[in-house]
Amino acid sequence: MTDVPAPASARPRRLIGNDTWVIARRGLLHMRRQPEALTDATIQPIMFVLLFAFVFGGAIAAPGGGSYKEFLMGGIFAQTIVFGAFGVALALANDRTNGAIDRFNSLPIARSTVLGGHAVASLLKSLLPIVLMSITGLIIGWRIHAGPAQALAAYALMIGFSFAMIWVGVLLGSLVSTPEAVQGIGFVVIFPLTFIASTFVPAHTLPEPLRTFAQWNPVSTLSASLRHLFGNPGGTLPPAGPWPSQHPIAYTLVWMAAIVLLCAPLAVRAYQRTIST
Amino acid sequence: MSEANAIEARGLVKRYGEKLALGGFDLDVPRGSVCALLGPNGAGKTTAVRLLTTLTAPDAGTARVAGADIRTDALGVRRAIGLAAQDATVDELLTGRENLAMIGELHQLGRRRARTRADELLERFSLADTGRKLVKDYSGGMRRRLDLAATLVAEPEVLFLDEPTTGLDPRARNELWEVLDRLVSEGATVLLTTQYLEEADRLADDIVVVDHGREIARGDASSLKRDVGGDQLHVICAREDDLPEAAALLERATGASASVDRSARSAAAPTAGGAATVAAFAGELAARGIAVEDLGLRQPTLDDVFLTLTGLPPEDAAVLADARRPEEALR
Repeated sequence: MTDVPAPASARPRRLIGNDTWVIARRGLLHMRRQPEALTDATIQPIMFVLLFAFVFGGAIAAPGGGSYKEFLMGGIFAQTIVFGAFGVALALANDRTNGAIDRFNSLPIARSTVLGGHAVASLLKSLLPIVLMSITGLIIGWRIHAGPAQALAAYALMIGFSFAMIWVGVLLGSLVSTPEAVQGIGFVVIFPLTFIASTFVPAHTLPEPLRTFAQWNPVSTLSASLRHLFGNPGGTLPPAGPWPSQHPIAYTLVWMAAIVLLCAPLAVRAYQRTIST
Repeated sequence: MSEANAIEARGLVKRYGEKLALGGFDLDVPRGSVCALLGPNGAGKTTAVRLLTTLTAPDAGTARVAGADIRTDALGVRRAIGLAAQDATVDELLTGRENLAMIGELHQLGRRRARTRADELLERFSLADTGRKLVKDYSGGMRRRLDLAATLVAEPEVLFLDEPTTGLDPRARNELWEVLDRLVSEGATVLLTTQYLEEADRLADDIVVVDHGREIARGDASSLKRDVGGDQLHVICAREDDLPEAAALLERATGASASVDRSARSAAAPTAGGAATVAAFAGELAARGIAVEDLGLRQPTLDDVFLTLTGLPPEDAAVLADARRPEEALR
């Protein structure tokens, strides 16, 4: 080999962050070039907003007599954020089935780089649907009735929860071996989880035991927190009822922290185990 | 560790559950030489490559690659190697250029240098025209060339090529062989795995025949072929009636006993005589008016090697080995 640059080992090691960003950039390119993935992140959330607003909007009354479209938005945001776990799980499962993980692991990079890159890409990807849904919501009549600080807090909460869901996705993508299996589990577990909640209807309209489940479901409290922070219908905190309903933000933050503290180490371990065999 | 060896493995053992994928494997690959691991599916070739490239850890044994210990200095190994895994693991959703540039950046070349390097390699592997197309639109041969280019991004000391031509059509295989020839003539150290004796013969200085996770023979192509019995002179007669006479002539020409397959109207016998023997034999056949459908020298195949070394044809060996290696079936 004649056209030799200085061997890699002679170069100063750069920050792990640079390598992570290289992998993250790849993840973002993947989204742009995969029509299905792009659809999941763009058309699907917009479609959900429009469908629920116009199909169910006439039949479902928002609590407190407000606009159902405004009630809906907090729920749609929450559902889309939870669905975000799919994306990273699918990306990891794809990397494992097509051998990309082996390629990366034969390169002189830290073991955490690939996982970190996927996490960063997923977090950035999760911003796109949030922005698009906000715009769609504004067009159909959703408004932020609270101050800028509270609105910012709402968006920060969405990003924080997206971050937590990434680790659920990494865990799922590490435990399940194929992209098809990821989709199967996602549909059977995550999909119902977002419906047995106050996502689309007020929890008190559900029959027992679904009502209790919905009241303690973090998807409900995330929806309620967003409604509360945006000043939307359904955001008024009830004077009585289970603790999560009365303190949705605190309850949601506890879940966020618990998911990160529990899922992240488990996910990293599961991932390391799957790649080393 | 002798400085002359780029790869030195001693007693490598790897189990997957109950199954023994590698059972005490030794290997010496001198710097600047090409070594082929030859064996059927499931023989342990890929496992050996995975251990030596630090993708998985051995249960016992030790190895040094480019002077770095695979157990204690994985990063040192990875800085010195390039790996082309079995199914051309280039990224389908990136362009050829993006694939190479990404790997360059992960080798700490820096963004600009990584891009220049990508362009150099695309040029060298005749991919310059398609460098800005997505890899999912590449042919199998183009993917393999890109995969090979990807292993060269950081000028590795040792190349690992796991079945580099499996799944390629003959033309693409020939093209890839030419690329590999060039690499080898430039002094690269290469460990390749293959199921084809022809490929090992063409590319490698040393051939290690692997079966059931163990080395069963070692040598250069000619010595292995000598073990197996060398070239075979074979003839297929147009008429079955001519076969006994043709077989007799064949035995006289080669001085060895011929094996006759009546249903295929064919006879074959080992020979070391090369073209002269073929010409003499062809002359005899023509002189007696024996019409021939096919006539020529046939190199021993992997089948012959396995038949001789293990007493089992490779299919059976592979079936046995697959039964012992469930994780291969999962891939």
